[in-house]
Amino acid sequence: MTIADDAARAGLTKVGGRPPLREYVTEVWNRRVFIYSLARFKIESENQQNSLGMFWVILKPLLNALVYGAVFGVLIGPGGRPPHFVEFLIIGIFVFEFFSQSWTAGGKAITSSSALVQSLAFPRMVLPLAAVVERFLKFLPTVAIMLVFLIVTGNPISWHWLLIIPAIALFFVFTCGLVLVTARLCVHWRDLNNFLPFITRFFFYTTGIFFSIEERFGPKPPSAAHPDGLPGHPWLVTLTDYQPVHEFLSLVRSALLDGPTYETNSAYWLYATLWTVLLFSFGVWFFWRAEERYGRVD
Amino acid sequence: MSTESHDEFRSLDDVGPRLPPPVKPTGDRAPVVIVDDVHVEYKVFATGKRPSAADRKSLKLRGRGKQMRTVHALKGVSFTAKQNDSIGIIGTNGSGKSTLMRAIAGLTPTSSGAIYSQSRPSLLGVGAALLKDLSGERNVILGGLAMGFTMEEIEERYDEVVSFAGIEKFIDLPMRAYSSGMTARLKFAIASMATHEILIVDEALAVGDRKFRQRSEARIRDIRDNAGTVFLVSHSMQSIKDTCSRVIWLDQGTLIMDGDPDEVIREYHKAQDK
Repeated sequence: MTIADDAARAGLTKVGGRPPLREYVTEVWNRRVFIYSLARFKIESENQQNSLGMFWVILKPLLNALVYGAVFGVLIGPGGRPPHFVEFLIIGIFVFEFFSQSWTAGGKAITSSSALVQSLAFPRMVLPLAAVVERFLKFLPTVAIMLVFLIVTGNPISWHWLLIIPAIALFFVFTCGLVLVTARLCVHWRDLNNFLPFITRFFFYTTGIFFSIEERFGPKPPSAAHPDGLPGHPWLVTLTDYQPVHEFLSLVRSALLDGPTYETNSAYWLYATLWTVLLFSFGVWFFWRAEERYGRVD
Repeated sequence: MSTESHDEFRSLDDVGPRLPPPVKPTGDRAPVVIVDDVHVEYKVFATGKRPSAADRKSLKLRGRGKQMRTVHALKGVSFTAKQNDSIGIIGTNGSGKSTLMRAIAGLTPTSSGAIYSQSRPSLLGVGAALLKDLSGERNVILGGLAMGFTMEEIEERYDEVVSFAGIEKFIDLPMRAYSSGMTARLKFAIASMATHEILIVDEALAVGDRKFRQRSEARIRDIRDNAGTVFLVSHSMQSIKDTCSRVIWLDQGTLIMDGDPDEVIREYHKAQDK
């Protein structure tokens, strides 16, 4: 008779084991108010000490757009520029900002709140999710700014705009999946925290925030200099077809902007949904697998 | 208070004397926590010692700088805690008390051996505030939500938590403005919102003032009397004698003695005075 048998007979369970996945997910779902409150309180406390307070939630993305607009709109000359360039740029920057901030903040969600992790017992998945929700709550007012900006610059309001709701919802879930994977990796290997800003910057410059990949690398029509047209780099365009962030950006842009450049590529809806479902399920499973490890001090 | 000074200045190389085998608690109560031959090893990055002349010659410390060091914090601890036990844990600094408590709470995985428990133990330790930029009020809400309460349940208990912690005047200030005593009081009050079957208090009460200590010790006795099990880590032999029915003495990661409080504390003092 081993001690484990004795323990089982007395109805005791092993400490530090993780609950089954289904039970774990239910527990996280039951903590949804916690996730939301944690995100909201953090935003409030962050802005409490600024004299402009909550106004920063709107001011930050505006300044961001202004800086990038000045740099790419005025200083750097045209090249691969689609029509409606300013709108194109603003949408790209706002959406990408949400993505990159969620990724860096969510990645260190576990390592940066060790005090909380070590003092209370709750499913740790709450923390990276709260980090994404926090960024998402900050992102919502910028969507409103984006829409106002579009109206002011003379883009017609249409039912088509409603398509940003599923696109952004998908993007949110996709980001959650990515952040769950990253949060666990950061626990195993802290150095990843330092790499994240570079990885997001790489995405920033390659995803087509301030230039259109299709215009820049796609085939060119015949012109005076090249009477037969140019083939471009079709493989690069094909590659970006499968790049999830590019897909999400294109979906949001095509929902909001008019013109031949912004035709909806319906295959993107399929690809983006696949990415989201696969990455999110994998993220939940992957994060749960190391649940008992997160409180560790070493 | 005089007992604390022994802990501070005791050399770590001084291995405690082997004392009589642990006294088994009597009575036929159900086991609540079983700790079975638990070892805990930490791997930490050491900054590297300043090499001595001999070391430098032997080339052993060529890669001086960051190296992995293994700290063997617990070396095979076994005991069984039963219902209505309140167990005091004593030992010098660095004897593995906190590591053992964190292992029981499931926060530190064991390297070998296993811990079984009836329900998930809750650990109340010293350390940083929950979220120091948020006000006490927000921390009460978040703590409650984290433990699985609904907003309504938290509202019901809110006033009681605040008055138990005795910080009505400061509840709307961010926790970074709190004194360490106030932080500990609020943490204890938040954690005692839930009814714990197994509660581990790791020196959390030491920073509180006398009034709070009495209140929290009363709360601990309540938990014990309601068929709960309490572990109390403390350097204050008085609060151990007041609240515990059994004492475990750890030294350098091994269990030296386990039994009646007065007896274990007497032996512990004897070993300290040597």
